[in-house]
Amino acid sequence: MTDGKNQRLAAEETLKINSRYLRGTLTESLADPVTGAIPEDDAKLLKFHGVYLQDDRDVRQERLRRKLEPAHGYLIRVRMPGGVCTPAQWLRLDDLAVRYGFPSLRITTRQTFQFHGVPKRHLKTVIAGINAALLDTIAACGDVNRNVVCHNNPYLSPLHAELHAWARRLSDDFLPRTRAYHEIWLDGQPLDPTGPGDDEPLYGKTYLPRKFKIGIALPPGNDIDVLAQDLGYIAIAEGGTLHGFNVAVGGGMGTTHGDTATYPRLASVIGFCPPDRLIEVTRHVLGIQRDFGDRGNRKHARFKYTLDDRGLDWFRAELERRLDEPLAEARPFEFHDNADPLGWHQDDQGLWHLTLAVPSGRLRDTGDVAWLTALREIARLHTGDFRLTANQNLTISRVTPGLQPDIEKLLDHHRIPRPESWSALRQRAISCVAFPTCGLAMAESERWLPRLLTRLETVLRETGLEQAPINLRVTGCPNGCGRPFLGEIGLVGKAPGRYNLYLGAALNGSRLNRLYREAVTEDDVVGELTPILRDYAKRREPGETFGDFVIRLGYSAPVREGRDFHAPS
Amino acid sequence: MATHMSDTGGPLTPQQWQTLISLLSSLTPDQRRWLSGFVAGFSALDGALPLSAPGPARQESAAGITLLYGSQTGNAEQLARRFHDHLVQAGQSVRLESMAGYKPAQIKRERLLLIVVSTHGEGEPPDNAQGFYTFLHNTRAPRLEHLRYAVLGLGDSSYEHFCKTGRDFDERLAALGAEAIAERVDCDIDYEAGADAWFEQILARLSQIREAVGTVVMGGGPSSEASRHSRKNPFPAPLLENLPLTAPASSKDIRHIALSIADSGLRYTPGDALGIVPGNRPEQVDELLKALHLYHADTVTGPSGATLSLEKALLSEYEITTVSRAFLEHYAALAASARLGALLKPDQRGELQDWLRGREILDVVREYPVTGLKGQQFVSLLRRLPPRLYSIASSGMADPDEVHLTVAVVRYEAHGVSRHGVASTFLADRVEMGGTVPVYVQENPNFRLPSDPATPVIMIGPGTGVAPFRAFLAEREATGATGRNWLFFGDRRFDHDFLYQSEWLAYRRKGLLTRIDVAFSRDTAEKVYVQHRILEHARTLYAWLEQGAHVYVCGDAARMAPDVHAALCEVLVREGGRSPEQAQEEWLALKAGKRYQRDVY
Repeated sequence: MTDGKNQRLAAEETLKINSRYLRGTLTESLADPVTGAIPEDDAKLLKFHGVYLQDDRDVRQERLRRKLEPAHGYLIRVRMPGGVCTPAQWLRLDDLAVRYGFPSLRITTRQTFQFHGVPKRHLKTVIAGINAALLDTIAACGDVNRNVVCHNNPYLSPLHAELHAWARRLSDDFLPRTRAYHEIWLDGQPLDPTGPGDDEPLYGKTYLPRKFKIGIALPPGNDIDVLAQDLGYIAIAEGGTLHGFNVAVGGGMGTTHGDTATYPRLASVIGFCPPDRLIEVTRHVLGIQRDFGDRGNRKHARFKYTLDDRGLDWFRAELERRLDEPLAEARPFEFHDNADPLGWHQDDQGLWHLTLAVPSGRLRDTGDVAWLTALREIARLHTGDFRLTANQNLTISRVTPGLQPDIEKLLDHHRIPRPESWSALRQRAISCVAFPTCGLAMAESERWLPRLLTRLETVLRETGLEQAPINLRVTGCPNGCGRPFLGEIGLVGKAPGRYNLYLGAALNGSRLNRLYREAVTEDDVVGELTPILRDYAKRREPGETFGDFVIRLGYSAPVREGRDFHAPS
Repeated sequence: MATHMSDTGGPLTPQQWQTLISLLSSLTPDQRRWLSGFVAGFSALDGALPLSAPGPARQESAAGITLLYGSQTGNAEQLARRFHDHLVQAGQSVRLESMAGYKPAQIKRERLLLIVVSTHGEGEPPDNAQGFYTFLHNTRAPRLEHLRYAVLGLGDSSYEHFCKTGRDFDERLAALGAEAIAERVDCDIDYEAGADAWFEQILARLSQIREAVGTVVMGGGPSSEASRHSRKNPFPAPLLENLPLTAPASSKDIRHIALSIADSGLRYTPGDALGIVPGNRPEQVDELLKALHLYHADTVTGPSGATLSLEKALLSEYEITTVSRAFLEHYAALAASARLGALLKPDQRGELQDWLRGREILDVVREYPVTGLKGQQFVSLLRRLPPRLYSIASSGMADPDEVHLTVAVVRYEAHGVSRHGVASTFLADRVEMGGTVPVYVQENPNFRLPSDPATPVIMIGPGTGVAPFRAFLAEREATGATGRNWLFFGDRRFDHDFLYQSEWLAYRRKGLLTRIDVAFSRDTAEKVYVQHRILEHARTLYAWLEQGAHVYVCGDAARMAPDVHAALCEVLVREGGRSPEQAQEEWLALKAGKRYQRDVY
């Protein structure tokens, strides 16, 4: 259904059609003990099951020389709507990570956990283990609705439980219905024998043309970057009452270097709906993308291009045609910031919440700091829950006052860094994984960020900007996992040791950044940023953010909309 | 053979037929096999005669076009596949390979090479092109005067080193003497038009040069004279490659050793072993001389009667590690040691064996010093340094100028001293690249591929026992043998110890390796070995036997071979309804009929 255009289908489309609802030959490929990999087609289907085939790129060449195949390991992504899990679930996930993967858990920018480096022979064990923790990995990747993100710190407002429930509802309602997952990973024992059979009433055999992301924000916080979602819901509330949601459509980060037909786009707010229409609106927005999204060119298949190709007016009309009644007019709202509130906070009920800044979301034990051990020991005591944030941070939530000192002690004992001791730049920085595991990485990201921060902090100290809330985001490629085009400073890998430097996004996530320097080295990055930071220290106006400053001073021209991203500044 | 065919001359004249028959009946089996490949390659030349005596014919690259791709994101591969299909449709004989799957040494035998390669990052070759790229850019890369080629580069002009890899290949091939048949084209991210234009050029040129390709001299002719080299007169074979095969984290160190036997006249058949005449470790010699209170420069008369320094004699003439009974008897007398004397009593064999475990000559000399021992006296106690045999892991048909070995480097500790296998550490540590190793071929007529190329083979070779099967498969590929091939391999860990894994996978993709079953003993709580896999697949294995499969076992004689033999017997019991005794007898009969061959040590 591509509007009568007689275009060729992308190979992935045929693959989906022939996959018997995402089965392919996965069972056979997983059982082949001669290779740690699986064939390309199965690897594509595997994503719908929340799993990526990767390899340790640090040793790829060396192994090739030794006539060994690459050191394949799988990324397993959990589906965890709103990023909430219980201590019992934490302990299970931790155990699986330590036993079967790189001993690390990684918090993603979509509020969930990733395991890395799980060998093929342990894949089933790990997924069955996740299932035993009452979680799953269905649709954590693939051309479907991905993990639904939701404003964090639910207990700081009476609205949070309600919003989180909606996130969960959106996640569950728009899951694929195929039983392939249970067949392949759980030995064909569906958890609910009366559950639905193999039929995808919403998605159909070809699912969506590309991934689809939904998020819920609660102003004035924009911690999930709601405008980067394909479908963003901005909660509109008064006091403790949720009136409904503004509907924002067509956000997305992914681009391709050198291809100006690709660009990041922020979602457009098109109206308002009351809570009881949330599911209906979502179903139809998904339906429009399913029916009109580009199925010929995957680089042009995201919802944002469907919208820009046909125009918002067309979209509004199409949506109206499908809805029982039109959307209401959007309500006013304002975002202040897209960061997490770090440190301890107490809620109305007297419970405490501690948000820790986790560098790049990587939880592991090193010689310096034992993240996994500390959190394992905390999980054994903790009676509340854990919340992962879309900024790769972690909230230990609903801590009873009596437990606060014990948790403090464990954190100190395992040398967990307190965010207060860091520069604001470091507190907010985000990076994707990149090398050595990500197959898309063109440059280092997670492993590079600490060094870059240390160099930039020298400048911050010298200029008195240590507490200035500057937002820096690094990714190893332009596909956008770390939402780099919303960084006041964005660095996007182009080749080993080379990055495109972007400037000028808004601190509240409402404006994209723009290319400032192309393919520069670490020294160049520091060299380019130093005078601008010095200038900012001297000439900023009270309360002026770094992103706004670089635009006022003409270092960068504002990006008004996605299509404007490549225009010469 | 001749009588069977005597009245069927086919399209030949009686005179041609006569000539052919008299030639065929004079050939050895090896010569016949070579000839069959040659005839196949010859017919692909469209009737043009080679100008000089041909070398071993190669199924794949003797006369056709080889199309290689190096691809990071898949674009170059996709293009190469498209070109390949076009060329095939155009009636060209063309072989498509990824640069990673291509044996670089084959380039010496290529006539027409097309390259489609992308550039990655800051001017880097794609991952799967790096090996071939390095090979060509090495100072030891062969001259390629008889090669014609064309290069298509893919890249992204927003990068500084746009299409650098394509350019590098082009310039390097030209520098090595090859002749470009078309201008290189460098394509940007919208590569389609440029790629098509390049390919049009190629198609246009191909018709003009087809004839020329068919008539060039085929390289690497075999020497017709029998080799002068033997155990007594080994050939100094230059070391070409010394590659670790196990991952750095492995508990083992297994090497792939490639030696050049170009111009040596040495010939071998898969199944043969290579004799290596090693030298002892200089450190070991130093230690020994120190313990003996003797000097390096002392002179002795060596085993051949020549006078040489004691150091030289210990380095290269005598066995100086393993303690033989004869050595111990003579040495015990010199040392006048009651303890040694007691150990040598006939009823003390067990004790002696225990005592000898992990001890070398150096240990004996240190523990029981003999004062005033002369150099000549000492060497007279020693055996000549014996050559060590390694199963050959290559096929002369696939790599005529090379011989490959799979060598487990022996290093361990005993009695507080680190020990080193003489030959394995000689190959792994002491021969420099380009340095030489004295070698000769040790024939093994009892370990041979079936003479009928259609016969299926089952190969059981855990650890370095897999070496001859690498040779078998390379041979079967090179000769176009149609029989099915089944390999059982085992080792400790999948991640670290899967010897030649990428080659087996490539053979499996090509369909040459019909099946491969593996057992890694340390990946699971319960240890699994190849014999367990044999039993798991008993039904299939029995079916293969019924279809006439030959079974080969290579490797450890102490435990693996008996366990595998028991499993093979069990297969006949389980699937063939034989009694255990019948099964034993049947395997004996298969052995006698050369359908069950073992090379165990």
